[in-house]
Amino acid sequence: MKTNSIERKYVIPGDVIIQGDHKPSTNVIKQGNKIISTKIGMAEISYNGVKVIPLNGTYIPRTDDVVIGKVVEMNGFAWEVDINSWFFGILTGSAVFGKQFSSSRDSMRSQFNKGDCLVAKILSFDRTRDPLISISGPGLGKIKEGEIAYITSSKIPRVIGKKGAMIKLIEENTNCHLTIGQNGAILLKGTDDARLKAKSAIELIGNNAHLSDLNDRVISLISK
Amino acid sequence: MSENNIERISGRATDELRNVSIKAGVIKNADGSALIEFGKNKIMAAVFGPKEVHPKHMMVSDRAIIKCRYHMMPFSTDTRKRPNLSRREIEISKVIREAVQPAIIMENYPRTAIEIYIEILQSDGGSRCAAINAASTALADAGINMRDLVSACAAGKANGQVVLDVDDQEDKTGEADMPIAMLPNMDLITLFQLDGNLSKEEFDQALELAKIGCNKLYNLQKDALSEKYFNENNGKEEE
Repeated sequence: MKTNSIERKYVIPGDVIIQGDHKPSTNVIKQGNKIISTKIGMAEISYNGVKVIPLNGTYIPRTDDVVIGKVVEMNGFAWEVDINSWFFGILTGSAVFGKQFSSSRDSMRSQFNKGDCLVAKILSFDRTRDPLISISGPGLGKIKEGEIAYITSSKIPRVIGKKGAMIKLIEENTNCHLTIGQNGAILLKGTDDARLKAKSAIELIGNNAHLSDLNDRVISLISK
Repeated sequence: MSENNIERISGRATDELRNVSIKAGVIKNADGSALIEFGKNKIMAAVFGPKEVHPKHMMVSDRAIIKCRYHMMPFSTDTRKRPNLSRREIEISKVIREAVQPAIIMENYPRTAIEIYIEILQSDGGSRCAAINAASTALADAGINMRDLVSACAAGKANGQVVLDVDDQEDKTGEADMPIAMLPNMDLITLFQLDGNLSKEEFDQALELAKIGCNKLYNLQKDALSEKYFNENNGKEEE
């Protein structure tokens, strides 16, 4: 086997993935010279290190991730947004109104109310405090139409596919526009029929994310 | 005295477990769940989280906290059990929490709580061991970072001989009951209780038996998780 080839296998927590001098990457721990998986998923041993691509788990925010969330709480200075994680995203007034934001002058309700859904970007997050989010950027902001489908956040890379191949496949075959939130929420825009088709495709990916022939399965589902 | 041919009440061999079946992912609303049938025990475990801590003052800034509730249904025993948490249930909740805690990488989830709910639907002897097996399967099913699965099994002494997996009858009439929980791959013991009297030799023998039992349960837990996550094409991705 070549040194730069990728070796894959299924693992559960506690499984020894490989022994020897390898670099531990995500979802693994090193004990002695053993690399042990900490999650259920697919272990990948490559030149860059050993990692496990998880098949389940809650979303952990990362800086610059695009997320889709719902406003659950608001006060005079900020909105709290449920982003499908164990922390609420904080959208500050100044992130919406600009630096000149004044809680007495600007009406928070004119922008977002409780229950509003929005596409946002994670500005900063370091696990010691709640993630800050922002809506400045192309494609970000309040959601005015569409439907949100949910999937386990670790399966989002399979919905995107290699260089966006899977999104493209779904969009071209269903005429439904997808906006992907890294937190496992996917915004679907299109006709009722298109949304239904796209939703079933996402469900299929969710149930079969560990399989290699996902493309063929999605094609056969959509073309039915 | 300790002849191998003395029959156990259940007719099992001295190193034989009761019938065990584990199923992962049985509850839709939970983040992770498992159902275990361990002899006559029927136990359901559900895991929620990591999630926000309530009440807030229990929050720890650099790691997660674990909340565990072991509860027996009123119909789980021969005579009706009062549905509120008894002293025994509170104790077992604590014991289970401390048994699974070393497996969870708590530093990965600061300021959060991981909740484990265990419901005993039908009880037989050894329900704490069965509950630990179910809880650790449910934790893995919830996608929580763990160093290893936790497997638990009891050994003990009944009818003058050291036996594996003490059931209700043997627990009541026997001489000793020793439930242990361990992380099988790391060979660490996380729960150790001993009720009764054992000589030094009997103790060593019982510990050895219990470890073998834990390893058997570990394989069953592993099968249950593989069944849920990798069932359709084992090994298709490999190569």
